[in-house]
Amino acid sequence: MNSAVIVFPGSNCDRDMAIGLNEVTGRAPAMVWHRQSELPENLDLIAVPGGFSYGDYLRAGAMAARSPVMKAVVEAASRGVTVLGVCNGFQVLAEAGLLPGALMRNAGISFVCRDVKLTVSNSQSAFSAHYDQDEEIVLPVAHHDGNYTADDETLERLEGEGRIVFRYAEPVNGSARDIAGIVNDAGNVLGMMPHPERMVEAAHGGLDGRRLFEGLLGG
Amino acid sequence: MKARVLVTLKNGVLDPQGKAIHHALEGLGFAGINDVRAGKLIELDVDDGVDDASIEEMCRKLLANTVIENFRIERA
Repeated sequence: MNSAVIVFPGSNCDRDMAIGLNEVTGRAPAMVWHRQSELPENLDLIAVPGGFSYGDYLRAGAMAARSPVMKAVVEAASRGVTVLGVCNGFQVLAEAGLLPGALMRNAGISFVCRDVKLTVSNSQSAFSAHYDQDEEIVLPVAHHDGNYTADDETLERLEGEGRIVFRYAEPVNGSARDIAGIVNDAGNVLGMMPHPERMVEAAHGGLDGRRLFEGLLGG
Repeated sequence: MKARVLVTLKNGVLDPQGKAIHHALEGLGFAGINDVRAGKLIELDVDDGVDDASIEEMCRKLLANTVIENFRIERA
């Protein structure tokens, strides 16, 4: 699998993501700087990592979503390339219009940094193939703006179309319908606030994140 | 010429920061506050030829996230 990790000024989970991808796919991802307007050819997966791109200026993910590389990411997504946005990456994908809704300040105001229980709400997505339906898993979160918001019509559509892939199984940030991760209508773009790349080795305290990447690899 | 863009959260969108400010004001002893909503003020210094339509486009493309925010443009 050929993968790439997008790097913005202020990204801070890009190397964690790269290590995770290297470990699971057996190949080092291309690291693509935000000013590049073209992506490497023949990519199977583009990862938009966590962090504080552009210092979260204006809104989390807002500036990054308008950077040159994101035009290429949007174009690749429209061709069906798999795109995974984690944490700030989810915020960037929502700001770029690849995913509906918005991520607002956590309902409790505080930055939340801990392991949380999640439920796999749809094990049929390309990203959740190695999980069981309704399985409870544990992944770390570390965010200030993870409170997913969308209008009722959008929420109903996400629910009805099975596009809510991960839900919080405990109170975390006030997210509508406990949404932790959603896919786009084509199913090739996932945004999630929890960090799968931080649960890929036994030393991380669990392997629940590794299974997301293994699922993408297929088999 | 100066143009001011006021970005506010849409009605019905929960504003945790506004709520925190509200609580802090009450903690300071101020009474009679019914609600607090926090927003942003973005001041642009633009050429005279820049019309409201292009500032509106700036708002839609970057300055506001219209999923959750409204914006208003004021000329100084």
